[in-house]
Amino acid sequence: MTAVARPLPQITPEMAPFWEAARRHELVVQRCAGCGAHRFPARELCSRCLSREAGWERVSGRGQVFSFAIMHQVYHTAFADAVPYAIVVVELDEGARMLSNLVECPTDAIVIGMPVEVVFEDVAPDVTLPKFRPRRAAA
Amino acid sequence: MPSDPLRGAAAIVGLGVTPQGKVYHTGALGFAVDAVKLALEDAGLTREDLDGVLLNPGLAWADLGMGSFQLQQAMGLRNLRLSATMNLGGATACAMIQHASQAIAAGLATTVACVFSDMPLKPPAPKGDRASAASAYGFARGWEQAYGFFGVNAMYALVARRHMHRYGTTQDHLGSVAIAQRRWAALNPAAQLREQALTLDDYHRSRWIVEPFHLFDCCLVSNGGLAVIVTSAERARNLRRPPVYLWGMGQGHLGGDPADTLTSGAVLAREPAFRMAQITLRDVDVVELYDCYTFTVVVTLEDYGFCAKGEGGPFVAEQVTGPGGRLAVNTGGGQLASFYMWGMTPVSEAVIQLRGDGGERQVPRHDVALVSGNGGILSTHSTLVLSRLPA
Repeated sequence: MTAVARPLPQITPEMAPFWEAARRHELVVQRCAGCGAHRFPARELCSRCLSREAGWERVSGRGQVFSFAIMHQVYHTAFADAVPYAIVVVELDEGARMLSNLVECPTDAIVIGMPVEVVFEDVAPDVTLPKFRPRRAAA
Repeated sequence: MPSDPLRGAAAIVGLGVTPQGKVYHTGALGFAVDAVKLALEDAGLTREDLDGVLLNPGLAWADLGMGSFQLQQAMGLRNLRLSATMNLGGATACAMIQHASQAIAAGLATTVACVFSDMPLKPPAPKGDRASAASAYGFARGWEQAYGFFGVNAMYALVARRHMHRYGTTQDHLGSVAIAQRRWAALNPAAQLREQALTLDDYHRSRWIVEPFHLFDCCLVSNGGLAVIVTSAERARNLRRPPVYLWGMGQGHLGGDPADTLTSGAVLAREPAFRMAQITLRDVDVVELYDCYTFTVVVTLEDYGFCAKGEGGPFVAEQVTGPGGRLAVNTGGGQLASFYMWGMTPVSEAVIQLRGDGGERQVPRHDVALVSGNGGILSTHSTLVLSRLPA
């Protein structure tokens, strides 16, 4: 197989803690030290309180679908065998919104507000993508 | 109440539209030059009359810095008193005309070319790489490409989905916009989709691009250039074509997350624009709204107050905006069906209608036009109120 490789995330210094945590299968988001707001993706400046102070905090990985779109058009050949697939914006229980994929769910079963939970997909030896699936009842 | 000194101070006196669509004989700069030449000719002016150039560079200008200067040099323009390269996305066209009119009213310039051009489409390749609208506009944003999130279509789709969720807007509602504008396009000899009629069934059968957007929810992609010449109202009266006077203008940029606001900057821009123009919605004869997507038209109709917030879907579903309807919207077919010159498409159609040059699609009463521009993901917004009558 010589399939075209999917693009890997650009791991910028700002986002490095997010990707390091993902490799450990932990979900972290930035939290403003000024006003306490969780935010994603990482930013230098809080747009609410303009503070530059922030840390990273582990979050539950649970949230709800805030919006979604189903990709049908192939914009990158590496996704040719994936379409149609779901892009979701997940509103985490802690408040931040995160763009990701919804997996383990037929695309026609997605509704806004559905509870989801994070899953981790190891896509390269040093890269793991946090994705989401419909939330399962607690065991 | 004293009248605003900007009200009616300037007018659009020249319109230049190059061939549009799959045309490859020149580049982005060449299309810009051609559009200015056509606009000057239309106005009965020459290069020597220009003392200002405002340029909105399309994507193909990426490697050409200081675009307005590039254009000046390419056209051999001398002694300009106004020059700027502007980018508020699709809101730039109306914004350029606003700045031109402000400079003219302030005595800083007399005659200004406002120009857009782009060349996102490449000539068909023999084989292999297929240059398509999707690849032209399929840019990714940083890490999101790892999730297969590409392009503006997907960004708008997330917002449209929220509107559907919150207000009950349906796929049929979106399709109604596509159908109304395709009916207008059938009457426009310059429309790229003039000969392709569209039914609601056709709409639903058209392929998905990014659900909830079918192919026909998305605007065209066009190579080409488009320019208008703006000068003082006084000078405008002595030129070749009927002047299109600038009665009112405004901008609005909401900020924040469009998936929360579900609103365009029209809610900010409309009040100053209408106040300056001294009109209400009832005085508007023809409406030319920025239509990157069917969805954008629904939202913009709501935000100017043609219907209540959230009722844009049912409003367009009554087919009131097509030919013969009670509100003439995007009378040339808009960017969904005629051609895509960012915000210049609605500007050009307003000029055509106000001049009475609309041919088969001419609206009977054409004193006042409302034009909107919208850039980003409902990020920037600009408004013009234009009239064939002096203020």
